[in-house]
Amino acid sequence: MSILDKHGVIERNASLLLVGSLVVVCIGGLVEVTPLFFFQNTIEKVEGMRPYSPLELAGRDIYIREGCYVCHSQMIRPFRDEVERYGNYSLAAESMYDHPFQWGSKRTGPDLARVGGRYSNEWQVQHLTDPRSVVPESIMPSYAFLAKATLDYRTIGGMLQANARVGVPYTQEMIDNAAADLLAQATPDADTAATAERYPKAVFGDFDGSPMRITEMDALISYLQMLGTLVDFDTYDTQANLR
Amino acid sequence: MGAFVFSGLAVDDAFRIHMGILTFILGLGTIIAIRLPQPVAGADDKSGYMDGPVRVGSILTVFWGIIGFTVGLVAALQLAWPELNFGPWFNFGRIRPLHTSAVIFAFGGTALITTSFYVVQRTTRARLFGGDLAWFVFWGYQLFIAMAATGYLLGITQSREYAEPEWYVDIWLTIVWVAYLVLFMGTLLKRKEPHIYVANWFYLAFIVTVALLHVVNNLAVPVSPFGARSYSLFSGVQDAMTQWWYGHNAVGFFLTAGFLGMMYYYLPKQAGRPVYPYRLSIIHFWALIFLYIWAGPHHLYYTALPDWAQTLGMVFSIMLWMPSWGGMINGLMTLRGAWDKMRTDPIIRMMVLAVAFYGMSTFEGPVMSIKSVNALSHYTDWTIGHVHSGALGWVGMISFGAIYFMVPRLWNRERLYSLRMVNWHFWLATLGIVVYASVMWVSGVMQGLMWREYDSQGFLVYSFAESVAALHPYYVMRAAGGLLYLAGGVVMAVNIGMTIAGRVRTEKPMPAPAQLQPAE
Repeated sequence: MSILDKHGVIERNASLLLVGSLVVVCIGGLVEVTPLFFFQNTIEKVEGMRPYSPLELAGRDIYIREGCYVCHSQMIRPFRDEVERYGNYSLAAESMYDHPFQWGSKRTGPDLARVGGRYSNEWQVQHLTDPRSVVPESIMPSYAFLAKATLDYRTIGGMLQANARVGVPYTQEMIDNAAADLLAQATPDADTAATAERYPKAVFGDFDGSPMRITEMDALISYLQMLGTLVDFDTYDTQANLR
Repeated sequence: MGAFVFSGLAVDDAFRIHMGILTFILGLGTIIAIRLPQPVAGADDKSGYMDGPVRVGSILTVFWGIIGFTVGLVAALQLAWPELNFGPWFNFGRIRPLHTSAVIFAFGGTALITTSFYVVQRTTRARLFGGDLAWFVFWGYQLFIAMAATGYLLGITQSREYAEPEWYVDIWLTIVWVAYLVLFMGTLLKRKEPHIYVANWFYLAFIVTVALLHVVNNLAVPVSPFGARSYSLFSGVQDAMTQWWYGHNAVGFFLTAGFLGMMYYYLPKQAGRPVYPYRLSIIHFWALIFLYIWAGPHHLYYTALPDWAQTLGMVFSIMLWMPSWGGMINGLMTLRGAWDKMRTDPIIRMMVLAVAFYGMSTFEGPVMSIKSVNALSHYTDWTIGHVHSGALGWVGMISFGAIYFMVPRLWNRERLYSLRMVNWHFWLATLGIVVYASVMWVSGVMQGLMWREYDSQGFLVYSFAESVAALHPYYVMRAAGGLLYLAGGVVMAVNIGMTIAGRVRTEKPMPAPAQLQPAE
């Protein structure tokens, strides 16, 4: 009991108590969090990952704004039922450009990590506008207002710039062309060659059924339609990443 | 003024509206401050303690409690009947963060700041350090709550659970929190009591750790100094680990260590017994704050987080059971020789139930931290049930107990308006928690089992939509549990209001202590 008796010193010295507590609470975090930034095997090497196109990034911001992550995860666990239901289990590499991550913690609705390309644009519009008209059991709120809201992309260049500052490999060319790329992706029959080269596999066209203007619905669906589509799992080699 | 200028320069609409709201709040605050009669110096000083913020804080704790429970009830009803979503402002995706922040930070945070001011003065026999600094911390924190809440409804969010407010609100909270730390340390340093009482260790650990967690988890680069949006410094797997290092320790230090500080003062006080055994509180304190920090990865099992981190998280999460129960045992053993008060004193009963729920949820937590259990429970309502048995049972009940203890003393009332109403509150709340937690167990386990159900030919049996439909009756029952808990809160609000107004209800006393009967 001698050690516990010596504890009396700390019980009489507030500064010692403060410093002691701080040191004790730092250890766990240092050991668990910091190595993730330095261990090479934390993030797999994969083909196909690219930063979000400006329209997808704007859509992702709407996904965050509306709190979609509250009910939808974007993290498929390596279980038989999940892989059958949602597709290949999620890789760390697939969210390496996600500031912040959108893995979620609750599945009130299904996982969305690989929802891209699974439904048509028309289905997505109908579902977001009136969820129960296509899925009678759904308890999702209506997001009809997104189709009425014109997308405000005045700050799109700044959004790419801020992402570049935190480490997403946006080039100066991408930042300079942000607004043009956004327009090109959402306008039917636009000249999309340069945009497609900057953002491979990006889905082009009118998403919300009203080609005359770019709405928040356009942006959100462009984001949903690319989710989980960048890495080609037919050619992905699981063994190659065992390090 | 500054906020008004920012509103004018805003680059996006949400930021403009938010700054407009800030201008309005600050303007209103200034007008009230000017019009308010100047308090006579020394009027507050009869006890030598600064109890002004504690009084306002007691009222606001009750107020925020009612708000938080009501928003929770709304969210529960929205899940049962989705027609109750009124977008864009009142959709579930914006209501849910409003509910979690209202109960954790508005109700819980105000309760913690209020009780810490009360406890630190009485256990150090010193007035709060820094004069009006206490008022700055108090109203500064309330401003943070108002900005966070209005931001959620406007869709201003970082999407980091329990850390949703955007960068400018985070910076404001950092300033307030550092002032809080200075205030608390300053009061400890000028104490007249040589020994620092155990409650203050927990409050201090809570304040300093929350500062650390808040700053690291909210590192972000704003798009513009005049815009609401920012992007987090970390991404993907590192970001997930940082967020849940924060998220789990928001539970560990905000909702556990802070409220343990509360328990270590109010429970012995109400029972009239010293903390026993004192040595246990020493071991339990250091073990708890050391182990808690490691438990974050249990929110990320089977994800893309590396296995070594998941395993480390599991080992420490299970070990965490021990120091958690150290706190429970310490609380319950303190009652030795005072157990008869359970029958006569509903406030003690409330505190004991809080400690019991603390014990239950800190046992359930380690169980859910076993990877194979978590494989079933993760992403389901089981987690929601677990959180609520901790939040409603432990955090709520110990705060109610503290409020019932403080209010008659702060306003120099002989006793509460009605002890019978405390008893009603106790039973309404207890019934509410039991309904809530058991319904969520059933629905969570059912959900998890339906998702993984295969038939004999190897096909998945249920579509996701079928699992959603199956949950409807449970969501209705859960809302009923929440309604009971809210009703208890309303009973408390009336009781506290009447007590402050100086009224005493004529009522039959609670059962008197049993008379010893001679053996026949």
